[in-house]
Parts: sequence; C-alpha cells; structure tokens
Amino acid sequence: MLNTVYRLVAPRRFEVAFNDIDLQKGQVVVRPTYLSICHADQRYYQGTRPIEVMKQKLPMALIHEGLGEVVYDATGTFQSGDSVIMIPNIPKEKDAVIAENYLRSSKFRASSYDGFMQEHVALEPDRVIPLDSSVDKVVAAFTELVSVSVHALCRFDSIAHQRRNVIGVWGDGNLAYITAVFFRAMFPAVSLYVFGVHQEKLSQFSFADGTFLVTDIPPDLSVDHAFECVGGEASQRAINQIIDHICPEGTISLLGVSEYPVPINTRMVLEKGLRIFGSSRSGRDDFLKTVSLYRSHPEIVGYLSNIVGAQIEIRTIADMNRAFETDIHKSIGKTIMIWNK
Amino acid sequence: MVFGVILAGGNEQSMEEAKQYKMLGSKPVLVHTIEKFYIHEKLKKILVLCPERWLDDTQKIMERYFPVGKERIVLTKSGDTRNETIMNGVAFIEEHYGLDEDTLIVTHDSVRPFVSYRIIEENIAYGLKYGVVDTVVPASDTLVYSEDGTEITSVPKRSVMYQGQTPQTFRAHKLRELYQRLSDKEKTVLTDACKIFVLNGEKVYLVEGEIFNIKITYPYDLKVAESLMIL
Repeated sequence: MLNTVYRLVAPRRFEVAFNDIDLQKGQVVVRPTYLSICHADQRYYQGTRPIEVMKQKLPMALIHEGLGEVVYDATGTFQSGDSVIMIPNIPKEKDAVIAENYLRSSKFRASSYDGFMQEHVALEPDRVIPLDSSVDKVVAAFTELVSVSVHALCRFDSIAHQRRNVIGVWGDGNLAYITAVFFRAMFPAVSLYVFGVHQEKLSQFSFADGTFLVTDIPPDLSVDHAFECVGGEASQRAINQIIDHICPEGTISLLGVSEYPVPINTRMVLEKGLRIFGSSRSGRDDFLKTVSLYRSHPEIVGYLSNIVGAQIEIRTIADMNRAFETDIHKSIGKTIMIWNK
Repeated sequence: MVFGVILAGGNEQSMEEAKQYKMLGSKPVLVHTIEKFYIHEKLKKILVLCPERWLDDTQKIMERYFPVGKERIVLTKSGDTRNETIMNGVAFIEEHYGLDEDTLIVTHDSVRPFVSYRIIEENIAYGLKYGVVDTVVPASDTLVYSEDGTEITSVPKRSVMYQGQTPQTFRAHKLRELYQRLSDKEKTVLTDACKIFVLNGEKVYLVEGEIFNIKITYPYDLKVAESLMIL
C-alpha cells in the first residue's frame, strides 16, 4: 500500500515521498494520531547537527515519540481502532545480556530509519504497546521519553547501593521533570531534591522534598545518588557539581545528551569511588513498565499533563513547520502534533 | 452499509495499455488503489468495476495480491460511461447485499493510488452525515473561462475555485433516483455525478483533497509517481 512519508530533506524543509507497505507481511499498520517533538528532532530540523551527520541522515522522517491507532493487523494481535504506543527502537538480533536499545545493530526511528511523520507506520507486533483508553492521549504521545526515564530508574535500582536516604535530580527541563515524577512514584520513601537554574521551572516540582538553584546549593548538602538530566553545554558544570555533592560510592545516572565530549573531575570520581552509568533510549520492557505505572499510579498522568505545551493540529506541511517553530520558542513543555494526515 | 467503489473502466484495446494495470513499483496501480480502501474497516466490500473482457485477468491479479481477505474485494463489469459504471455498481450492491436509503458508496478513480487514509475517512464520515461528498483541492492555477476556445469570456475569482478529485461519495439510492430522472441527452452531458446533485438543488459537502492525490492519466504522470517512491 502506498504510504505518504513526510521527510525532512534540508533544515526547515519537509517534502512528501511514498513507500510501499506490504499488507501481507504480518506487520501492524498504525495511523499516527499524536506525535511529540523531541530535542533530537529539533537538532535535525534546525540543522544544528554536524554537516556530515545531516548529509548522511537526510532525507528522513522525524519524530520517535508517538501514539497511534491500529488500522490493519494481519496478525490478529490488535483490533482496528486500538490506541497504541509505537516503539521507535527496531532490534535486528536478540542478545541474552545486552538490552535491545544498546545493541549496535538496532535501528532507531528518526535517527537511522524514517520516524513517525507518516500517514501510516508499519510495525512488527512487538513494537506496538496497547494503551488503556483512560490515559490522556496527549500525555501518552511522549511515552517514549517517559520510558527512557523509567529505563534509567530501573537500571539505577539494580546498580546503586541500598543507602538511599536522599537522591538528587539535576535539571529543570522536561526530562528532569519526568524522571523526578517517576522517581517519586517508584521510590516513595526516598527524599527527592531537584537542582535547576530557573526558579519558575523548579516551582513545578511540587512533589519534591526540596528544590535548589544550582547557584545557591548549601555547601554541606549531600545526596546518596544523583540523576543528571541537563545535557548540552551545561553537562560539564552539572556533572562536576554532582561529583562535589554526592556521598562516597554514590551512583550517578547520566541522561543528558551532549554533542561534545564533556571533561569531568575524574580525580574525585576515583577518590569517592563513584559509579557513573549512562542510559539512552529504551526497549519494549521499559514501555510495558511505563504503561503499567500509568495504570497503578494514575496521578502520574496528571503530573505529566503539566508539561504539555502547544497542541497543534497537522493537516498540511505548513502546519508541520508551524509546530516545529512553536516548539523552538517554548521555555518548557512538550509540543504535541495532533496528526491528521 | 458503506461500500468502496473503484472505477476501473477503460476504452483501451488491451490491459497493457490501460493505466490502472501499469506497474508502479512492484504492483499494478489498481492494486495500490484497492489497498488504500482495503484497510478501511468501515467498508463492507470493495467493488471493482472493470471492462467485462478483463474480469478474469483482474480476478487473477486480486488472487495474487490479496491471498488473504480477497473475499472483501468483488469484481463486476463497468459501463460505457463513468456514471453507467457507477450505476452498475449500485445495481450489483442491490442484487447481492440489498440497498436502503442509507447505503453509501465511496466512488474512486482506480488511477488515483495516492489517495490518503484521511481523505477516505472524511468521505465516509461526511457522507454518512450529509449524503453527498466531493473531494477537492484549491485551484492553484488561474482558471480561464472561454465559450468559444478563442477568446476569454471571463476569469473567475481563483480563491473560490477548486479542482475536483475523487473519492466522490453518495447515498446510492438517491444517486440512482436522480440519475434515472435524467434524459438520455443529459446523461451524456452530466459526466460528473456530483453535478447531478447540484443541479437538483442538493447540497454537496467538500472534503479537502491532497495535491499528490494525482490521477495517472499520461505516461508523464507515471514517471512523476515513480519519482516520488522511496526505493
């Protein structure tokens, strides 16, 4: 079946192309309904990735966070009309030790494969996660980003030692907010501190036990473990500040993406015996865990709705540009495209 | 009940010459078009109307490309004109599935394989609500009206002009009733089924089409279509 794909061909320019979905191949055909814009999409859209990366990746359909509706499933796994979350990671092999999102052979939509800005997306049945009808679809649109936090939190739980009196989340953007919300739900007995640069953004973390401006942290404040959700040029400052305030043998979970190598105070990492681990993306199990948490902790969805920014209906390519331009000028919040293509 | 009605008639001498049977990528254009309708669960059946002499070969094509679920695709013969083809479809529906006042037909050119899910969905939704739907895009070129083909009679205001595409969606019962009221002469002149409704004072709802919902009419169109495919 001919399928319209809206591909970025150059910074700020989308064009139409068509692929051919094989309806007999045993894939689930999903019609995207709510798509969420991520920083990674913006880096392609604005052309801020290195020129050789842009040349290699484009043309490509953007967006790896999205919800859709099943329109056709020859496998009989789903019913037409089912609301589903689409998993952007596409594993090409199975490994007993390494998670699917770390296998170098895996493909990832809107990075090494066309993303969700399409009329339909054809997915293997295990790349499709059913969503309860009670969950707000606008929030569910960015479940992929949420599942990255859940993935990091699950890894934290298996890596970090058991003294967990106080943990710190560095960052006051979307990723920090989501990580903090889920930390609260998954580790309710642990004190949660959030460290950021904008007081008005920090005020959104109403469920935390304390919030601090990074310029005004009490010198004797310490945390047992920390999550770095900053990324970009501020990564270095954030990581080194964590190293200063973390207790010996603490665990630092890195989630912020930086285009450049980040110098860190390894002397103190050694002296304190710290563990630093990185997390990126997520796999099917993380999506299932996330959806299960939506169900068991319905208040989570309410908290997540606080970071929904602009909602823009998409009927034309001009609407797509409008959504990305709106997203550039936001201070916090996720821009959601209500996809009607 | 709602039916997809694919208009695949043709005057060509052979199937090879007919655009709907030309290959686009790995499949004939007609198969691509049917697939766009096939995934719409609300369509009870998809009728494909083609010349009687090509029915057997078309059936073989359906069996090849739709090994699963081919029972949803039903073939029957087309008529001498576009409207006669639609009438054959209505008669076929009446004979095999019954026809009532709410029976809706979503008619579509077999050579418009790029029609989108949204366009079909809106045709069904607005068809059920309003009874008659036409699919259009705003006119991009200035249209010039000339009575004699030599001089301009007038230049209509472009902002209110649209170009017709398909699908066109009708309550089948009403369409047949209006069509049968026409004289033979009117039938030859009224090539567009929506116009029959307009001339009878019926409201026709507009669904926004897509510029890429092109009709593959000339070899050039096929080349354009191929150039848009991701290999």
